[in-house]
Amino acid sequence: MSLKQWDKKHIISIRDFSRDEIDFVLKKSRLMEDKLSSRKPLELMKGLILANLFFEPSTRTSMSFETAMKRLGGKAVGFSVAETTSEVKGETIVDTVRVVEGYADVIVVRHPAEGAARAASENIKVPLINGGDGANQHPTQTLLDLYTIQKEYKKIDGLSIAMVGDLKYGRTVHSLANALENYDVKLTLISPRELRMPVRMVNGLRERAIEVKETTRLSIGKADVIYVTRIQRERFPDPQEFKRVKEAYVLDEGILPKLRDDAIIMHPLPRVSEISPAIDGTRHARYFQQSRNGVPVRMALLCLVCGVDF
Amino acid sequence: MDDKKENGKLKIRNIKNGISIDHIAAGRAPEVLKILGIDGGFRDSVTIAMNVKSSKMREKDIVKVENRDLDVSEINKISVIAPQATINWIQDYQVVRKEKVKLPDELVGIVECPNPSCITNKEREPVKSIFLVKNTSPVVLVCKYCEREIDSLY
Repeated sequence: MSLKQWDKKHIISIRDFSRDEIDFVLKKSRLMEDKLSSRKPLELMKGLILANLFFEPSTRTSMSFETAMKRLGGKAVGFSVAETTSEVKGETIVDTVRVVEGYADVIVVRHPAEGAARAASENIKVPLINGGDGANQHPTQTLLDLYTIQKEYKKIDGLSIAMVGDLKYGRTVHSLANALENYDVKLTLISPRELRMPVRMVNGLRERAIEVKETTRLSIGKADVIYVTRIQRERFPDPQEFKRVKEAYVLDEGILPKLRDDAIIMHPLPRVSEISPAIDGTRHARYFQQSRNGVPVRMALLCLVCGVDF
Repeated sequence: MDDKKENGKLKIRNIKNGISIDHIAAGRAPEVLKILGIDGGFRDSVTIAMNVKSSKMREKDIVKVENRDLDVSEINKISVIAPQATINWIQDYQVVRKEKVKLPDELVGIVECPNPSCITNKEREPVKSIFLVKNTSPVVLVCKYCEREIDSLY
């Protein structure tokens, strides 16, 4: 794959990616992680500036991008939370990015409105990376999820992946499912009835010949990857119902004997109580590594869209 | 109404001037009326036929409106809910123009996104709604921005 096609490319939605493009990013992320672990300071992005525009707070994502840029020898500027910016004074996001285009070489945007990143990218030439637009997309999260799986198993095809929790509203599971359409995987969708994955999505997966099993039982005995998400209180008007559902999908020591030896547990974080801290020290836990993997993946993407070869 | 059955065929009265929208998928005529903004306050004559036999499509709806024209945006909207519709422009009882609607690949500024969190619904952002046609039969549209899929305008 030629590097030219990545230069100045906006990274908006995982749905814009072909399998070849995803695989290429994963390969480049691996290379970047090797460079990172050599501990030699990198200067790939020296003299370049990243603008982090966070119209809603997300400490993890913004820090991860900032870390990625600084590890590459570049600099990061930006703001977080709408109250501190001129958005409250009436400037639109479309105008804000046009202004910032004049300051920075690459822009990351997080915004509560769905589609904000795509709209913002349409009027600028500087590459823009979507750092999350409402409930819609968060493509770098999906890429780091895939990278974590690939790093563990050296492949994605042939794996059995269980998704647990809120599959109706969960942005990360939707995007991950969109990406996995490109691979030959088996999916087990585990959720309370009220939070099942939207029918249209499940049908879409089946049309792409993905084997999909839906269940309300926490049956994770055959899974290579268990991807857990948080069930949010606000989805349940009845507190008792919320309590019942929440407790039905907790991963604690009790599940350990049921797991495959090499199964890994992932979570986009932050977790609340769906994964017991007792799991953290086991060989199955990967969620903290997963979060750490965001740095080399974002480093690779920053270089690619800025046309920096490595 | 002077409709009558002739040779077992249903005859619907012709209009003098106006438009006749034929080959609307059975049951979707009320949505066509909505697109045309026809409600209780409408004064000109409107003829609606629903679920009538059709050789082309088994059952169909027909809408005829006296003294009315259609603009491009209305035709595009009709193409979404009735992708096989034919529009006849009538003057003095004669069909002066006939056009099959065509569902465009992209609907720009025609359909409002039903997702209140979509950037196209944020008042101050200058972003026009754009829907991409994902599937034509049945029609499935996807918002270019928030990626929400819809299969109906209402």
